Amino acid sequence: MQDDGSSAQSATRTAAIAAPESRFHVPLVALLVFTGGFSVMAIELLGGRIMAPYFGSSIHVWGSIITVFMAALSLGYLLGGWLSLREPSLTRMALIFLASGLTVLPLLVLGEPMMEWVFTNFEDPRYGSLLAAVLLFFVPTVALGMISPYAIRLLVRVTQHSGQVAGTLYFLSTLGSAVGTLMTAFYLVLWFEVSTIVLAVAGALITSAALAVLGDHLGRNAGARS
Amino acid sequence: MKRITLAAMLAILSGGAVYAAGVYGDVIFEQRSLYRNISVTESNAVRCLRFASRRFQDVRQSCINLQRPDELVFDYTKMVLSGLMVMQEPERVLVIGLGGGTIPRALEYLYPGVHVTTVEIDPAVVAVAERYFDFREGPQQDIEVADGRVWIKRALLRETRYDMIVLDAFNGDYIPEHLMTREFLTEARNLLTPDGVLVANTFSVSRLYDSESVTYAAAFDWMLNVKRQNGNRIIIAGNGTAPSDRVLVEGAIRLEMEHDLGPLDLDTTEIMVMVQREPDWEVDARVLTDEYSPANLLNTD
Repeated sequence: MQDDGSSAQSATRTAAIAAPESRFHVPLVALLVFTGGFSVMAIELLGGRIMAPYFGSSIHVWGSIITVFMAALSLGYLLGGWLSLREPSLTRMALIFLASGLTVLPLLVLGEPMMEWVFTNFEDPRYGSLLAAVLLFFVPTVALGMISPYAIRLLVRVTQHSGQVAGTLYFLSTLGSAVGTLMTAFYLVLWFEVSTIVLAVAGALITSAALAVLGDHLGRNAGARS
Repeated sequence: MKRITLAAMLAILSGGAVYAAGVYGDVIFEQRSLYRNISVTESNAVRCLRFASRRFQDVRQSCINLQRPDELVFDYTKMVLSGLMVMQEPERVLVIGLGGGTIPRALEYLYPGVHVTTVEIDPAVVAVAERYFDFREGPQQDIEVADGRVWIKRALLRETRYDMIVLDAFNGDYIPEHLMTREFLTEARNLLTPDGVLVANTFSVSRLYDSESVTYAAAFDWMLNVKRQNGNRIIIAGNGTAPSDRVLVEGAIRLEMEHDLGPLDLDTTEIMVMVQREPDWEVDARVLTDEYSPANLLNTD
């Protein structure tokens, strides 16, 4: 009982010294997490399409892509949580989005020569596709994985609510992934070229970064007024 | 009560069995492979390879007449051989998609000196073709288990060239979309000898008909449509100038004169009348590329 009381107290103290936030803080973080989830699966699905000309569409190509995305996300979760320990802010989160958006872009320019190189140097389509998936998708996916744990830190105010906040953000992130999968598989590939979709995802991530910076400024202004 | 239910169930089950036997004959082999559900059925000495498909019930399968094993049971395989009216003495042929091995076997029957390489993604299909469809690897028949696109890319690096390429990889519900793009067709084209031809078994229905047609037209210098009324459609395509009617007729005559087409049940005049030169598709349909190839989505209506 006593423990609960003191942790609630310390949590209140933490909240008091946390960065001031605008009234858009919660919906903004929610939108950012949704966008992150959407982007992961849009890129993953396009990954199959991007790699098919060089490695086919056999089951091992999908195996490589899913392995790389899972491994990269797991590392991203770890790094995102670790990063949230130091002066967490929306502006710092914006850097994560900027990094993910910028590291998605090389797919458009370096994708072909990278796959060409892997194709000529690795005969076995399993390890070829695995290596290509690492080169193409690992870095942006690590960045995308950092978003959720970092967002949890930005919304948790009291320990008692941490599970609920985490649950809500998992919900938004995974729902974003579901929507991203469905939209890409059912409609986007029918309407647009693969490169256009990749470019749009990168654009959405970079726009998210700008929104996060804007949100941080609004929050500081609100804090200054009160 | 229980007995009635049991009787009803038996009636339904046996009714289903009768239905299945009526349509496909007896199932003599079934396997769920990595890529599809394979079954082999037999009825009236005709043995068929079936890939489970909800949409193309009877069209895209391979059959062998056990009494006349060289007979081309399906019209589309005869139509594929129409490529031989253009490319009359192929020495090296590449076939993408084995099925029951009908086309590789027919090529070997016609040209005892030909060398056929068949690329098949599914090792289970190779096993079934060898066990049930009289297909044998040998000095003239090579089998490569690989994805067709990946194999062609590697073949380009090896600088081997083929007089004829047969694309027959579209069996069942799912279309391998990376085998339908302009880039892929350009790779296949680059694998042809200067006067080589590509023959493709394609989709004849849905919006995909238009997209596929314009894609072949974009990738090759010329293409001919070999089309049966409300049935299959074969595309013959190549480099340079399109073969004239005279070339086709001479090719057909040569096929008839130099080979015994009887065992194949192949009649070149039947095929000649199916050849169309004028586009009967929407010429401003969108070309399929590696960037844009929603073939499966286009095939939905």
